[in-house]
Amino acid sequence: MWKFLVPIVLFGGLVALFAFGLNPDRDLHALPSPLLGKPAPEFALQDVIDPNRVVSNAPLAGQIYLFNVWATWCAQCRQEHETLLEIAQQHVVPIVGLDWNDDRGKAVQWLQQLGNPYQGVGFDNDGRTAINWGVYGAPETFLVDARGRVLFKHIAPMTLEVWQEEFLPRIQAARRQQGGA
Amino acid sequence: MTPRRAARTATACGVLLGAVAAAAGVAASLVAMPAAATPAATPAAIDAQGQIEDPVLQSRFESITKQLRCLVCQNESIADSNVELADQLRRQVREMLIAGKSDDAIFQFMTDRYGEFVRFNTPLEPKTLLIWGAPFLLMLIGAGAIYRIVRVRSRMPLDDEPASGTP
Repeated sequence: MWKFLVPIVLFGGLVALFAFGLNPDRDLHALPSPLLGKPAPEFALQDVIDPNRVVSNAPLAGQIYLFNVWATWCAQCRQEHETLLEIAQQHVVPIVGLDWNDDRGKAVQWLQQLGNPYQGVGFDNDGRTAINWGVYGAPETFLVDARGRVLFKHIAPMTLEVWQEEFLPRIQAARRQQGGA
Repeated sequence: MTPRRAARTATACGVLLGAVAAAAGVAASLVAMPAAATPAATPAAIDAQGQIEDPVLQSRFESITKQLRCLVCQNESIADSNVELADQLRRQVREMLIAGKSDDAIFQFMTDRYGEFVRFNTPLEPKTLLIWGAPFLLMLIGAGAIYRIVRVRSRMPLDDEPASGTP
């Protein structure tokens, strides 16, 4: 009696599977970060502009911050730069940069010409800090909470839409939690 | 059982056996796939950093780098890829080997940062049981379905033969 349901249920299952698998909006390259919920790796690097200055996330303990991986060879980084400048102007959270496998001269020129949204930019020319953060492409943007844990990772250029929909609510939630604790 | 009926049952059993064998073949090839993706002996990979002096470390280095996925290209191992990240990950593996780290420690280092996807050889663990077990599970389901179909059909009367029980 109920047997006629079997092919219908199987068909429905296949439809759901294909809807997921063939969805053009799904980014096949984006991988979930195993760092989510875990302590953000510490780093201390030369600042890309001022080699005498150390850029580290240790002094940021107790604050929520963005960690943005970029490079001058990365076209999408240029695309998101405007957005980062705009986010920096909102003064919601500081942005720390990581200039990854890059040419120092070009990076400095980039920041001077396009504007500098970063509180500091670590110069990671041997890629060690990037490996510790599980970076495999640029741009990537991490959100780290006041306890130093990675809350979120965005693997694609930042847009104001992503900022408003993915980052701001998490920042607000983290602040509420902090306030309550 | 009439000879014709016996013959038909035998054919059905043959089909069943064939299907099970085919399913087993598929299952075996699925399971063998991760290993097949990493051929045992190939010449030294794209590696600007030269050989490690200790040949044992060098062979471990080659084996490990073949089992780690380059996340930029995603279908190449870091032994085969010449992108900068792969080169830096090879350097990382080399340094950890020279520092006396075990293979497991190196794989753990990579999965802690890049996730399970970085490994071509999926380890057999409780959480990967479904991946490893799925071919066998599908084979069992298939064999069960064929067994049921054959059993039901072998009880059906043949069209050109009077139904059993009638004189």
